[in-house]
Amino acid sequence: MNMIQAINSAIDVAMGRDGAIVVLGEDVGYFGGVFKATEGLQKKYGKTRVFDTPISECGIIGVAVGMATYGLRPVPEIQFADYIYPALDQLVSEAARLRYRSGGEFNAPITVRTPFGGGIFGGQTHSQSPEGIFTHVAGLKTVIPSNPYDAKGLLIAAIEDNDPVIFFEPKRIYNGPFDGHYDRPVQPWSRFAESAVPEDYYTVPLGKARVVREGNDVTVLAYGTMVHVAHSVIQETGVDAELIDLRTLVPLDIETVVASVRKTGRCMVVHEATKTSGFGAELSALVQEHCFHWLEAPVQRVTGWDTPYPHSFEWAYFPGPVRLTEAFKRVMQD
Amino acid sequence: MTGRNLPPLSLHVPEPPFRPGDTVDFADFDMPAAGAVRRPPIDTSPADIRDMAYAMVRVLDDEGRAQGPWDPRLAPETLLKMLRSMALTRAFDERLYRAQRQGKTSFYMKCTGEEATSVGAAHALDYDDMCFPSYRQQGLLIARDWPIVDMINQIYSNRADRLKGRQMPIMYSVREANFFSISGNLTTQYPQAVGWAMASAARGDTRIAAAWCGEGSTAEGDFHSALTFAAVYRAPVILNVINNQWAISSFSGFAGAEATTFAARAIGYGIAGLRVDGNDALAVYAATQWAADRARNNHGPTLIEHFTYRAEGHSTSDDPSKYRSAEEGGKWPLGDPIVRLKRHVIGLGIWDEERHAAMDLEVAELVKAAQKEAEKDGILQDGLKQSFDSMFEDVFEEMPWHLKEQSAQMHEERRAAGI
Repeated sequence: MNMIQAINSAIDVAMGRDGAIVVLGEDVGYFGGVFKATEGLQKKYGKTRVFDTPISECGIIGVAVGMATYGLRPVPEIQFADYIYPALDQLVSEAARLRYRSGGEFNAPITVRTPFGGGIFGGQTHSQSPEGIFTHVAGLKTVIPSNPYDAKGLLIAAIEDNDPVIFFEPKRIYNGPFDGHYDRPVQPWSRFAESAVPEDYYTVPLGKARVVREGNDVTVLAYGTMVHVAHSVIQETGVDAELIDLRTLVPLDIETVVASVRKTGRCMVVHEATKTSGFGAELSALVQEHCFHWLEAPVQRVTGWDTPYPHSFEWAYFPGPVRLTEAFKRVMQD
Repeated sequence: MTGRNLPPLSLHVPEPPFRPGDTVDFADFDMPAAGAVRRPPIDTSPADIRDMAYAMVRVLDDEGRAQGPWDPRLAPETLLKMLRSMALTRAFDERLYRAQRQGKTSFYMKCTGEEATSVGAAHALDYDDMCFPSYRQQGLLIARDWPIVDMINQIYSNRADRLKGRQMPIMYSVREANFFSISGNLTTQYPQAVGWAMASAARGDTRIAAAWCGEGSTAEGDFHSALTFAAVYRAPVILNVINNQWAISSFSGFAGAEATTFAARAIGYGIAGLRVDGNDALAVYAATQWAADRARNNHGPTLIEHFTYRAEGHSTSDDPSKYRSAEEGGKWPLGDPIVRLKRHVIGLGIWDEERHAAMDLEVAELVKAAQKEAEKDGILQDGLKQSFDSMFEDVFEEMPWHLKEQSAQMHEERRAAGI
């Protein structure tokens, strides 16, 4: 399966097991979604469980919160993460706080699926990575898969989780992993082991990172598309790096991160999102707090620049092989 | 701009009719007659009752007699129960307002003058219909006979507070009484109520939802999205707008009232819209009952504008004498909801001044006793609080490592500081 098929399968399997799960969003019903992630689900489960909505993100999330308090488990889709902002009040003020403010009387077990990330010439409003806005909110979980196997397992786990989850899907790797070499043709997922996705139910637990590649010289913390870019650069440069796919940003798998950095003594954080106050700042601070005496060099952050996402400068903006290679040199220098 | 022979544009910034010191005169107020508005069948098309969004459903006339097709013809015990709930709500407000002034809590908000809008509605709904209130519907809980000592515990943030001292006073949450957790963020509960109603319909349930917001909050984007979703999915929901003329210091003109009514907002969405006299408990009851029957029979949502007046300050942090005439409340043409219902039941011969005075005393004593009871579990300042550990609970279902770490750090710092 590719990522889309794995996500579709996850929702299908989850809906088949739990009649309380409903899917809603713009174009998700009859049409099956602009990325086809919900294709066939309305036909299979009916219009009262999979339905199209008006173009209103605050409405989609507000209604989903209300459905959740009734006892359903809504899986709303926001068509692009760039368009999640109208729903921020419902996510930050309501979904995230409901359990806390009601003393546990009410909760909002919703899973917000939303395609995110750049590398597709999406310009300013089809490329953003707003995960840092959500990791800053107490009460929200933030999950980002990097391959079809994890996408299905993490999504089922997110849907079954009783807390609100923001599930970011890196759309650049929907059809195949992207190593940052935009001038080469993309290989489809079928050529990679992670495309072997079981048809049936399984989960990948939230809050657990995956060590993609073991190494001794430097720890690379990444998620989403950047896992593949980092992996490719590691192979090209021959650095003996340990690559960690965080998979869940909140709650973070701090044990895996700390154990790795204490072993390697160096750390590099990679994300597409803008640098200032991005999630890399949190990772860098945590590494500094937990691994200060083990660090042999300053933590390096390789991120998008602090600008809106540009259209024509895509490959100067995107943290690709050139920038990662330079960062490896810097982190290994000291 | 230069060289164009056009008059200069001008920006209209609304101004309320009366400011502090002004003499108030409501002579221009077009007082609709009680009983004059028709009562359409519950399956009416929203298009067929557009005129009702500009009219006003009134049942009680100036003498307190019930008039016209909207008279709900309630049994004496229901009328007296409503009267008592409104009196208890007012007594509760009086006492808790004073408790804030005495420093027993940080904050309070009264609903004086608006008691009918919540108490009348609560009586017309079924107990298991889900209410999504704003912060000025304490009358719903009182009408549903929720123990007021529990409400005071919340206001005091004491060790018996079920919300564990996390919420500002009056932001109640009572799942057991189908009263949704109140949020400080305005109108967020509107699309949530629509979603709850959609879920009930999708599951083939028979329960409906009701939401409340103020006229000021209708300007929020959530109001628009809620009405759109309610109309699109024909959600079994009642959307109440409490038009009390004031949003803190802003008169209703800043929410658009100079141009139209709030009930008229329904028309553009294809929703049934009613406008009722919010100080007439029988009109509120009848309109809610009509909307509830309509929703329950799959005829869709209803928007009800309750025309009323916020008789007191916005909150304990507000001083209305700084922005509106002190005469306004006293001269409000629709009067006081308790006085009007009282006149009605006395006219029916089922009540009298003596019993009313005794009831006022009884509810005041009841609140006083509940307050004493609550104070055994503490007031805001006396240290009878929830455990400090509870501050970190319920952020998530299970506490993640970073919250455990922060909880431990808090204890460590307090220990080191000797507290």
